[in-house]
Amino acid sequence: MKNWYKILAVVLLAYVMIWGFLGPIPRQPVLHETARNLYFHVPMWFGMLAVLSVSVWNSVQYLRTSDMLHDTKSAEYANTGILFGIVGIATGSIWARYTWGAWWTNDVKLNGAAIGLLIYFAYVILRGSFNDEQQRARISSIYNIFAVALLIPLLIILPRMTDSLHPGNGGNPGFKPMDTEHTMRVVFYPACIGWICLGFWITNLRLRLKNLEQIHQENN
Amino acid sequence: MLREIKALIDKEIRLELRQKYALNGMILYIVSTVYVCYLSFRLKSNEIDKITWNTLFWIILLFTAMNAIAKSFTQERFGRLLYYYTLASPVGIILSKIVYNMLLMLVLALIGFGVYAIVMGNPVEDIGLYLLSIFLGAVGFSSTLTMVAGIASKAENSSTLMAILSFPIIIPMLVMLLKISKNALDGLDRASSLDEILTLLAIDAIVLVLSVILFPYLWRS
Repeated sequence: MKNWYKILAVVLLAYVMIWGFLGPIPRQPVLHETARNLYFHVPMWFGMLAVLSVSVWNSVQYLRTSDMLHDTKSAEYANTGILFGIVGIATGSIWARYTWGAWWTNDVKLNGAAIGLLIYFAYVILRGSFNDEQQRARISSIYNIFAVALLIPLLIILPRMTDSLHPGNGGNPGFKPMDTEHTMRVVFYPACIGWICLGFWITNLRLRLKNLEQIHQENN
Repeated sequence: MLREIKALIDKEIRLELRQKYALNGMILYIVSTVYVCYLSFRLKSNEIDKITWNTLFWIILLFTAMNAIAKSFTQERFGRLLYYYTLASPVGIILSKIVYNMLLMLVLALIGFGVYAIVMGNPVEDIGLYLLSIFLGAVGFSSTLTMVAGIASKAENSSTLMAILSFPIIIPMLVMLLKISKNALDGLDRASSLDEILTLLAIDAIVLVLSVILFPYLWRS
């Protein structure tokens, strides 16, 4: 059963789509029904962090072994991470419009997310500016590791040092205290796992496509 | 190892002094940027917001640092670089470049600060802390940008790449520096900046360690 995570993704996300929109949620002022975005917006960031960690791990492995497979993997996982990041920012922006009244606010967490995306866009452009495969692999791996090591203080340390509108930091609690009946928790945790599995599935498809393209090129 | 680094720094300084136009060019760059800002804001002294004053200064420094450090791997001919690599260890090369760029940045930043304070007015209340923030900035900028310059120099169109690669990763450092220098500007108690200074030192340490670990891979290509 090597496809277990694909089945898991389909089952869990179908459950999230249906029960996430139909199921009961705690009544909250300001948030109201937008609280259901919790099942989509927050898991995007978990998914992004998951695939990006795999990308960095593959970069480290590439520098250790010089195996081109690791470089391809690291690039494709980074691409999926960018996709999740864009969807995360889009869902967050819509949510912010309905709860805070603005599409974008000057908030450490939002800025951290935007800067993280900028770093990975730069990574893609860096990859595009090499013709030599080996060199592209080595140098983009180096940048990947270097950038992530500087992104970590930005995402973890800085938000804790200032106040923030965003739930989950600056004395602003996450969803847990409101969810006394555990009605959201039963959807939220499966949603996280489901979206992460979907991220791996997307990357897997991209990797297989890349592989086929390569075989096709070699035969011509 | 230390002697090797010292010799390499010596070589960098001598090279810089031999082609004075490059150094003079950078000094002129920062002075004329300051002057452009001065004329653009059309100020008489002290008529600018403190926050704007501070931010403008750091942005000028950031761009100067980018221009000064971007050439650290491109100014020498390829063959000569190859020759250094056979003589010295990669760790020695990256550390010497970082230390040298740090000295260069310190000189440029202090000259820049002097000119800036003369034409734009000097609202800083705690000069000591402000100079410390300039010192920390020079260390941080030079260590981050040296590594990025190494990465960008391997690619084509390296000047654009230098900017897009370094801006996002230098932001955490810049935010901390702005906080410290803002505290110095307002003359706040020094203990209140301690948190930021420690975070900045931690980021600097991360960058240094990573440069030492990663540069040997960069050098091989």
